[in-house]
Amino acid sequence: MSETLSINDLHVSVEGKEILRGVNLELRRGETHALMGPNGSGKSTLGFAIMGHPNYEVTSGRITLDGEDLLAMEPHERARAGLFMAFQRPMSIPGVKMADFLRHAVSNVRNPERKEGEDLLPMREFRKELRSKMEQLRMDPEFARRYVNDGFSGGEMKRAEILQLAMLRPKFAVLDETDSGLDVDAVRLASQSIAEIGGREMGILIITHHDKLLEHNPPDVTHVMLGGRIVESGGAELAAELHKSGYDRIRAAHPEAAAAEERLAQEEREAAEQFVS
Amino acid sequence: MATGVQGKPFDVNSGEINKYDFRNDEKYVFKSRKGLDAEIVNQISEMKSEPDWMRDFRLRSLEMFEAKPTPRWGGDIGLDFQDIYYYIKPSDRQGRSWDDVPEEIKTTFDKLGIPEAEKKFLAGVKAQYESEVVYGSLREELSKQGVIFTDTDTAIREYPDLVREHIGTIIPPSDNKFAALNSAVWSGGSFIYVPPGVKVDFPLQAYFRINAENMGQFERTLIVVDEGAQVHYVEGCTAPMYSTESLHSAVVEIIVKKHARCRYTTIQNWANNIYNLVTKRAVAHEGAVMEWIDGNLGSRLTMKYPAVYMVEPGARGEILSIAFASAGQHQDAGAKVVHAAPNTSSRIVSKSISKNGGRSSYRGLVKVERDAVKSKSSVVCDALILDDRSRSDTYPYIEVDEQDVTIGHEASVSRIGEEQLFYLTSRGLTEAEASTMIVNGFIEPLVKELPMEYAVEMNRLIELQMEGSVG
Repeated sequence: MSETLSINDLHVSVEGKEILRGVNLELRRGETHALMGPNGSGKSTLGFAIMGHPNYEVTSGRITLDGEDLLAMEPHERARAGLFMAFQRPMSIPGVKMADFLRHAVSNVRNPERKEGEDLLPMREFRKELRSKMEQLRMDPEFARRYVNDGFSGGEMKRAEILQLAMLRPKFAVLDETDSGLDVDAVRLASQSIAEIGGREMGILIITHHDKLLEHNPPDVTHVMLGGRIVESGGAELAAELHKSGYDRIRAAHPEAAAAEERLAQEEREAAEQFVS
Repeated sequence: MATGVQGKPFDVNSGEINKYDFRNDEKYVFKSRKGLDAEIVNQISEMKSEPDWMRDFRLRSLEMFEAKPTPRWGGDIGLDFQDIYYYIKPSDRQGRSWDDVPEEIKTTFDKLGIPEAEKKFLAGVKAQYESEVVYGSLREELSKQGVIFTDTDTAIREYPDLVREHIGTIIPPSDNKFAALNSAVWSGGSFIYVPPGVKVDFPLQAYFRINAENMGQFERTLIVVDEGAQVHYVEGCTAPMYSTESLHSAVVEIIVKKHARCRYTTIQNWANNIYNLVTKRAVAHEGAVMEWIDGNLGSRLTMKYPAVYMVEPGARGEILSIAFASAGQHQDAGAKVVHAAPNTSSRIVSKSISKNGGRSSYRGLVKVERDAVKSKSSVVCDALILDDRSRSDTYPYIEVDEQDVTIGHEASVSRIGEEQLFYLTSRGLTEAEASTMIVNGFIEPLVKELPMEYAVEMNRLIELQMEGSVG
């Protein structure tokens, strides 16, 4: 059986509010999928649910990795099973050096049975690999000595996420708006980097608003999410169309999902008004 | 120094496994009876064949101890002073080389991982077992340079004038109840003298260990850094765990003369039953720099506020402290800086971590005397609380009698964020490993000031403290 990340009729709620309303998606290793959709359609929620964020409650449906039930696993077990998510807003961990953090992460992911306090990857071997990956990504070696995402610019954070992706070499990766907050050149560099580090060997789900990140990673499939569902899937030309023309055609073609989107947006506005008044 | 550190786990379910818990059978040459009175103090002085002036100093101090009330601030000192042994002498002579050290003591040191440190710092290692220094070696060139590094008992015999001139001048017995107690019954501790202009370029170290139940340890350390000289003294400490109270009450006096520098680094990991009531104070003269780096783990109650009195222009004081309080522990730690001359500057950085119902308090004093113009002081204290049962308090006292000064104070209290944990666990770290990493990151600004071995040890101690803390 080929390696597959499989999502079936997934429903996810956050703070009691249903955000995903039956998502189906099948991603095979070696494929690149783009996930597009307007703000608030549930794209990031899907990413967090796949990775197992405790605040994202799966109310029904299944996620499996090569047939294994992902939902029964803790986030660290999912990572060790070969999953990765590049965060839209990575957290800073003051006082912890990138290199130390990465050495722990890599040791765990390559040795899924590893317990706390057990041996880490040998320092020399790890350093050599880290240095070569950073060179490949044209990163300043000094970067490894900085504290994780602490005082990083938006661009640096995204590059750090790509470095992690390169070091961890997961089977499947969700890239949550790895292009947001970056200028055109930085997005091109990110796109190129993902391709260079062997994105083709993984199964990648690229969450994006634009087609720039897809430049060097042409999607085999493009999905459009609206109102908590995937309403259309197509090829690379669908991503290009959405980037050019927006979501009006999609909304018109899927009135039920558009209404759900409007409902959620309305609730957001009311919550904001209550908070402000 | 993680290798070689092994203990027998005792109560696996408590979640508080202390891997430093091991002990040797007691073999002592002399052990005083329990309790404290003039007879015991005389006996201690006699055992040590001390000069009369020291015996008188002890007896005067005993009177002050008896007259002084127990402090009402800080923590709950539930001690019966008559139920403690005040002096224990483990073996009758001092070892000069590793071969002379008794086998059981070596075993204990092996368990603490000391031989590794010994190999690296073959020179300045002093090890204290019980109340007496049993082993010490000093690098050749140091003695050639006139540096004295010995235990304080030996110093009284060999350098009586130097000791008599300085002892009790920075912390007189009348300073507080526990300084008086130490002055009456002190034993061991280090004496360091660095002559003018001599820069000691590697840390001088000592290891301490309490091994007898109900025994107090009252080391007395005196460091004199003469004009333009430099020294870094490192004191590490682990102790076995016992069920009844044990008292540790040290006094550390430091004199940093004109344009001299002194750094004093301590890592203490006391067993959960120990009361650690310590007075540490340094006087910094013109252009001198005094730095205290202080790590406090374990103990039932620690009360410790390293102080720097800046008595001449341009002096600088720096105090960096880390406190880790777990179940049944109260860390009441902080710092004192006194600006008594113009253009003096100080910095206090305090980091505390509380978990499993532990309590940590920062208690600090910044005092600027009149005419100490252009003085600057900055205080930063950050607390990290790991769960809802734990507690952190801040008691900053600021007394300023001069207008022309710059004083800054920042305090923060934080919890380990769910988002930080998720980020790290999504990279394959278990929740416990992630928490430990966040805590180690929190104290990193201080740990990076430690010598390499101690930094490793500190991180390892934090790991041990964090084990079983999550889930």
